[in-house]
Amino acid sequence: MKKNFLAPIFVGLFCVISCISQENPPEIKTPDQSKFTTETIVDGIDIPWGMDFISENEILVTEKKGILYRVSNGKKTEVSGLPEIYQRGQGGLMDVALHPDFKSNNIIYFTTGVHLEGEAGGNTALYCAELNDNSLSNLKLLYKGEPNTKKGQHWGSRIVFDNKGHLFFGIGDRGNRDVNPQDLNRDGGKIYRLNLDGSIPEDNPFANHEGALKAIYSYGHRNPQGMTVHPETGEIWENEHGPKGGDEINIIEKGKNYGWPKITYGINYSGTSITDKRSLPGMEQPFYYWVPSIGPSGMAFSSSNVYKKWKGNLFVGSLKFKYLERLVIKRGKIVKREKILNEIGRVRNVKEGPDGYLYLGVEGKGILKVVQQ
Amino acid sequence: MKIFIGIMSLFILFEGTWLYQKKPLEQSIADGEEIYQDFCIQCHLYTGEGVSGVFPPLAMSDYLINNIETSIRGLKFGMSGPIVVNGEEYDGVMQDQGLDDIEIADVMNYILNNWGNEYNEMITVEQVAAINK
Repeated sequence: MKKNFLAPIFVGLFCVISCISQENPPEIKTPDQSKFTTETIVDGIDIPWGMDFISENEILVTEKKGILYRVSNGKKTEVSGLPEIYQRGQGGLMDVALHPDFKSNNIIYFTTGVHLEGEAGGNTALYCAELNDNSLSNLKLLYKGEPNTKKGQHWGSRIVFDNKGHLFFGIGDRGNRDVNPQDLNRDGGKIYRLNLDGSIPEDNPFANHEGALKAIYSYGHRNPQGMTVHPETGEIWENEHGPKGGDEINIIEKGKNYGWPKITYGINYSGTSITDKRSLPGMEQPFYYWVPSIGPSGMAFSSSNVYKKWKGNLFVGSLKFKYLERLVIKRGKIVKREKILNEIGRVRNVKEGPDGYLYLGVEGKGILKVVQQ
Repeated sequence: MKIFIGIMSLFILFEGTWLYQKKPLEQSIADGEEIYQDFCIQCHLYTGEGVSGVFPPLAMSDYLINNIETSIRGLKFGMSGPIVVNGEEYDGVMQDQGLDDIEIADVMNYILNNWGNEYNEMITVEQVAAINK
């Protein structure tokens, strides 16, 4: 009798405890931090948004406020010839990526906030240019999100390439979540696919959809902050800032709707609800969502053998909790999460270099190389 | 003639300044709230409490009240490096948000008159304009 009486109390207590923690499993572990350290590649960069590797000793790095650096053996030199950068709120100069044939054509791509013309404010644009030494030439605007807005939020943006001659980049919902992400006729809240020359692939999912913006590849996104190509499957992996408790990892597929803001696991940061729907027919579930939100930024798989036991693992920066997150994936599920380099600083970017090491863009610092001890 | 143009431009300058100043504090606070919701809330949160050790509080912040000019400079040009706020050390980066001088004055007035903060002077656009790097 006594046993029966206590059982519901224990069940109740368990519910209360799990409601308080509310962490989406697997629980994050903090291993012995003396096993990891970093080497500074370049310092003195406030917000190192994007980077790409010219060689093992040369990196292009963007600083959000509107500077492109060429870093050679740890020394940074400003690259001239950028368009006028529109820096407002979360937007500014964002990602940079070398053309897959950079060695023969010297072409680079970058995403940035711009104003250009029309209404006040700005939106995210994709440019390409030729890089010779420390200057850009043949600057070409390949895409510009419309319309301009003075909103500070959600510009995206990352650039990746598949091995079929396409470039992918994202634009966030630009602070207009109820209008942009679900409307195929509007920019914002989208991942776009272009050919390397900026033209729109004929087989883009909405190329024959009346009124739709033909560059759209997927939609229903909030604010893409990390993108990488899976080293084995070639899939495009993305992470995005959701509302509170709704940061996501998605595998981007052609023509799919990722649901924002019709479905989400998160709530407004003010504590109010956005929707009670976590799934709807025709909308994709995230591969993973973080509760609590970590403020993910940057994304890379470790595909080399330079680290013990990290091959095949996914690495994501945490802006909010200032560490590098290691995610172990087994049979299509995240089975383990670990804090690497706890308290390193706001990790804005993660990339695997040509030498197989992971490189981080850390706010207030610069570019750091991750080393195991 | 030159004198006349000079006087006229001075007059226009004064007139312009006077018009700016005409924005009453209540309006500036209301406009500032919009800016706050859009640009500041992600880090400093809804009631200006910040995140302990990461993003300094704005509500009842000793640093803010004692460093008005430095705070405005931070909004205009960004700020970084260690500061102590209400006894706790912060060592982060706040980049400038691309706000114009009017927006900065408004958001300062909003912050300085909310969440228990009280500041008896109004921050004016001229005051913001006069602050250099």
